[in-house]
Amino acid sequence: MQFVDEYRDPVLIKRLSAAIHERVKDRQYRIMEICGGHTHSIYRFGLQELLPSNIELIHGPGCPVCVLPMGKVDEALVLARTHDITLTAFGDVMRVPGSKESPFQAKAQGADIRMVYSPMDALKIAMNDPSREVVFFAIGFETTAPSTALTIINAARLGIENFSVFCNHVTVGPPLRAIMDNEFFDLDGFIGPGHVSTVIGLTPYDFVADEYHRPIVVTGFEPADLMESILWLVKLIDAGEATVENQYVRAVQREGNGAALAAMAEVFEERPKFEWRGLGSIDSSALRLREPYQRFDAELRYSVTPIKSPEPEGALCGEVLIGQRRPEECPLLGSSCRPESPIGALMVSSEGACSAYYTYVHRRLVTNGERP
Amino acid sequence: MKTWFADEEILMAHGAGGRASRKLIEGLIAPVLTEHGSPAGMGDSFHIAGTDLWITTDSFVVSPNVFPGGCLGELAVNGTLNDLAVAGAQPLALTSAIIVEAGTSSQELKVQLEAMAIASQAAAVPIVAGDTKVVEHGKGDRVYVTTTGVGRSHPKANLDPGRVQPGDMVVCSGTLGDHGITILMARGELDFTSASLTSDTANLWPLVKMLLDEFGGAIKWMRDPTRGGLASTLNELAEDAKVEILIEEGRVPIANPVRGACEILGLDPFHIANEGKLVAIISADYVNQALTAMKAHPLGRNAAHIGTVRESTTPMVVCATEFGAHRTLDMLTGDPLPRIC
Repeated sequence: MQFVDEYRDPVLIKRLSAAIHERVKDRQYRIMEICGGHTHSIYRFGLQELLPSNIELIHGPGCPVCVLPMGKVDEALVLARTHDITLTAFGDVMRVPGSKESPFQAKAQGADIRMVYSPMDALKIAMNDPSREVVFFAIGFETTAPSTALTIINAARLGIENFSVFCNHVTVGPPLRAIMDNEFFDLDGFIGPGHVSTVIGLTPYDFVADEYHRPIVVTGFEPADLMESILWLVKLIDAGEATVENQYVRAVQREGNGAALAAMAEVFEERPKFEWRGLGSIDSSALRLREPYQRFDAELRYSVTPIKSPEPEGALCGEVLIGQRRPEECPLLGSSCRPESPIGALMVSSEGACSAYYTYVHRRLVTNGERP
Repeated sequence: MKTWFADEEILMAHGAGGRASRKLIEGLIAPVLTEHGSPAGMGDSFHIAGTDLWITTDSFVVSPNVFPGGCLGELAVNGTLNDLAVAGAQPLALTSAIIVEAGTSSQELKVQLEAMAIASQAAAVPIVAGDTKVVEHGKGDRVYVTTTGVGRSHPKANLDPGRVQPGDMVVCSGTLGDHGITILMARGELDFTSASLTSDTANLWPLVKMLLDEFGGAIKWMRDPTRGGLASTLNELAEDAKVEILIEEGRVPIANPVRGACEILGLDPFHIANEGKLVAIISADYVNQALTAMKAHPLGRNAAHIGTVRESTTPMVVCATEFGAHRTLDMLTGDPLPRIC
């Protein structure tokens, strides 16, 4: 299969693995992959096995459903239950536990909640039944924000008034800064997000190199992509060079995607602050609708009251999310928190570090006696 | 047996064939039914003590009920034939129970009935009795069919997870995931389709009969990996046989449209349903001969030797990538594709 097989070529990957082994010096390399898609690939392809033991991959906060606080799920479910509306959401969101229930559970009890593959599908539902109010529960980084923006522009152009968006879009730069400002920050370099960067390009990462003096390599999602970037990072770290590099040249351009950025600028403005799971409140880290599109803002249309829901007791979601702890250090992982009955959001999405760890590694280590 | 199923309500995931389904069966259905006299076990099919007869039953609710390569009625016949076949039993007769939603067009029902008749005739297994119920409009989705099948043990069949041991080989009869991805595309919810992909629905008995005729006891266990896919089926075997199963990813046949769809949607082809494939555990001495015979059979043209049974203290399925790394292949959790059969 084109664009897949060539990046999973066993000969190439083994060669990259050998090159990394040859290259590493006698020191620790702590490298964070920011994006949940990378976390998933690393576990799915077992890449840690192909690396020397002194390269440690730390899983970052770039899994959209993982950083969504429980309170936001609760707010969406209050919307779905107290107003006579159809709530639409991506499949990943359906299983995220709120403080009492997940969207799936609310749906099983009769709330009108539907899974969509794209915000345009939500708009279509609204267009097919003008008597019904349809709300799209929008989440995600700059990867999904442009499609929400275009959908809203379309709704405005077509005059669809029974459609609105519960906007929880976030941006990747501020949490990255928050991680580097954390007192426990101890990372040598970053594997930069791939999909987000197809939209935003490379310049938004300049501060990582300029202000925090860490290298960052924007990377594709296939095994050969990740192995190439890790080799690249090892070289940069050893040389003490902090630069912004682009491994994912087949998809990412330095200036990003102009049309997508323009659509976002047209529809969104920065929120003064937004609550992140694990990271707390971060200034200017999220998006909301600007005029003249605020009539599509479900928060305003339904006067959504903010809900602050405490994180599940005993779970280490927050610390795992910023790379301070590893999934396997959480006492709930594998006992009460499992993919079929997730307690924390990191266990929900296939891009969540805990889900990826549990699905692809956990039981093997249990067998080998490496975990109680 | 005690009930331990603690979920407050039944969700779609409980019907998806993965871990939640197993939990529902083992934690609620089996304990309650066995408490009042049913024998323990509660598998897909049952060997009637003191006879050489097997019985099995299966319900079909697939949406849409017509799709490329087949329809609900055809699945309802083939699916039950296959449950008998992989138990090593030659299907003898079927019964069918049909539930129709009021307002369904007679033509739509006729399409399903004709498909059932054609599939039953092709398999030379008659549908001998049945029942029909009609429910109010809005209380069902057009046509549901339940079929029950009776079969007779093949004289050479000795299929038992207890016979599976380290060193045995894992063989599958062809490409994985065709049915599940076909259904997903047929729903029209995705903005892509494949001209070449069709459901693999088929009656597996001729392939099973050939394997048992020629290799008898060397075939130790068989299953048709329907809902939950190969990964769920092999995890059940690993748990029943207390072994580890190592699958070599590079050897597993998967059609390009299925690979492509899974890449785009973030699904694992090992979790996608099949309706005309079997996976067999074969003793190592006979695996090459059996594979050659399968490849010569129309139902096994793309058969492949995909893995090995290994010793383990924890039952599990592990997948080895082509570049030497490993990952656990767990049962399906959740419900990526509701109502596929």
